[in-house]
Amino acid sequence: MAVTSDTKLAAEAPALTGGDWLRRIGRSVEAVFIPAMAIVASALLFSLLLIILGKSPQEFYELLWRGGFGTSFSWQNTLVRATPLIFTALCVAVPARLGMVIIGGEGAFVLGGFCAAAIAVPLVDWASPWIVMPLMIVAAVVSGAVWIGFVGVLRYYRGVNETIASLLMYYIAVSIMNFFVEGPLRDLTNPNKPSTKPIGDANMVGDIPGTEVHWGLIVGIVLAIALWVLMNRTKFGFAARITGGNIRAARAQGLPVGRLIVISCAIAGACAGLAGYFEVAAIQGRANASIAAGYGFTGILVAFLAKQNPLAIIPVSIFLGGIAAAGGLIQRRMGMPDATVQVLQGLMFVLLLVSETFYGRFRIFGGKGGGR
Amino acid sequence: MNGESGLDVVLLAMFAGAIRVSTPFLFVSLGECLTEKSGRINLGLEGTLVFGAMTGYAVSYLSGSPWLGVLAAGVAGSLFGAIHGYVCKLPRVNDVAIGIAMMLFGTGLAFFLGKPFVQPVAPHLPSLPLGWWSSNHSIRSALDINPLFFVGAALAVLLWWAFKNTRYGLIVRMTGDSAPAALAMGYSVNWVRFIATTIGGFSAGVGGAFLSLYYPGQWSEGLSSGQGLMAVALVIFARWNPLACFAAALLFGAAGALGPALQSVGITQGYYFFNAAPYVLTLFIMIVSTSPKRSLRGAPAELSITK
Repeated sequence: MAVTSDTKLAAEAPALTGGDWLRRIGRSVEAVFIPAMAIVASALLFSLLLIILGKSPQEFYELLWRGGFGTSFSWQNTLVRATPLIFTALCVAVPARLGMVIIGGEGAFVLGGFCAAAIAVPLVDWASPWIVMPLMIVAAVVSGAVWIGFVGVLRYYRGVNETIASLLMYYIAVSIMNFFVEGPLRDLTNPNKPSTKPIGDANMVGDIPGTEVHWGLIVGIVLAIALWVLMNRTKFGFAARITGGNIRAARAQGLPVGRLIVISCAIAGACAGLAGYFEVAAIQGRANASIAAGYGFTGILVAFLAKQNPLAIIPVSIFLGGIAAAGGLIQRRMGMPDATVQVLQGLMFVLLLVSETFYGRFRIFGGKGGGR
Repeated sequence: MNGESGLDVVLLAMFAGAIRVSTPFLFVSLGECLTEKSGRINLGLEGTLVFGAMTGYAVSYLSGSPWLGVLAAGVAGSLFGAIHGYVCKLPRVNDVAIGIAMMLFGTGLAFFLGKPFVQPVAPHLPSLPLGWWSSNHSIRSALDINPLFFVGAALAVLLWWAFKNTRYGLIVRMTGDSAPAALAMGYSVNWVRFIATTIGGFSAGVGGAFLSLYYPGQWSEGLSSGQGLMAVALVIFARWNPLACFAAALLFGAAGALGPALQSVGITQGYYFFNAAPYVLTLFIMIVSTSPKRSLRGAPAELSITK
């Protein structure tokens, strides 16, 4: 009798850990499967909209593939558009670990780009790129960090809602840039569009050899990996996640909650500011209204699709960058408005959030099934 | 200038501007006030506003009747509100995040469907010439007031009265302050919030129609400059009191009218700084009116954003 019960126990023990392991795999599969289903569902709904409007969904998705990922040219276009999304999504994902929803990354983006240009313009004629380029980066990073860091200060010390505050500050940032670009810093030799003077070819960021993709992509990927390490593998990240989980518990543990919040916001703002730097120094060559192209807002969607995980942000940015890259082709070939991509993105965002309700509902992923 | 001083002109222009600019604020903030009183926040009203503006303009253009446009905008807005209200009652769905998503989706869809209506000119809403008694041109134009402004003012009083004195007002307030209490009284919390969000969406849609059909009176992609979002801050500032919403909307309207009013007398220096005035004012008001130590006076206890 004793022998059989022993063998039974011995047989049970590995089975138990096996189940645990399976459940963990199930969770990760679930975390990919559910957002993927949300994307498929939004693609289907969008097809329905296209059919109602008398357009061909098949043509749409073919063009989407060709314009985004079909050729090496479209891949390069995709990667260029994915680059700012990596940074702006990090601007959402880092504070999200502390339970904050910051949607004003576009403000830090615009301000970072503007400050980088503003500091370069008076130096262009006489200073070497070895001085100008680092100064531009510092200006962009610091202005972005201060901008979103201030949102964190308001959140912690005044209890001001960070979502609304950061969006209001986006409008203020755009006003600041417009004021200078149309006034004191306007390049009077350029009558078409109010802009600052060009930052000079010598101060532009170059391309990765053999491609037309600028170095910002590499910086973005490295930064995403670094922030993943920071948030998941360091004491700082652990403390930040505790704060996000339960701020009272974090305070009771003696964690410096205020400092954690402000520093995380400043890191987030620095990311967005850096994206603005690359937009000016690698794409536009000067600051004007076209740097406010909405990368900050698309970044919110990227961060949510990536479930606020810095590593997952890289592929998701490339995915959404591809959709954006195909936008022009779709617009020309199918005669669709330029907001087409925005509708598809909006639909994805809504359905993605709706899909959150399905977590833990599927037995196959080790969930309890049914209800919450 | 009939010997008027520049200050008079600016003040008159600001008065007229405050009434014009405040009307969309008023409608959106009353809608948001109702939604928040029921214990839920709808950040997507910015999208609702833009979509309402597009629908109102399109229907007015196609049917020739601007009032039909206003109605259509309201219906479209309530549809957006209904989507928000329905989705939020699913478990694990965050109302703030859904609001952001609906904001992006609503503006995107409005730009997408509204593309053919950027060029055509739709019939505008008529205004009431309340300045008929004066021979002064600037007074007459300042007192050309749109009837929707008075509708909004009446709505503010009605909401204020209804919250205080009616059964429905009590149900909404109870749901917002304590879901378990509402449940114990036999009311469905989700249903009350769904209805409140839907009606709130209607109001925001009407606010959008005012933008496209009266002032600025044109449908374009740059029509809204965040009024839908500022209305959320405005409701917090007004401490969830519809009458205070009315006053706050006028204040925001005056701040928004500052830039154009100064421009009308030739002060263009710093135009963009004055343009930022409403945002700076909103931020400032939020900073001084909140506190990390206690929850806000008058705040519905179930509201996620003040917890």
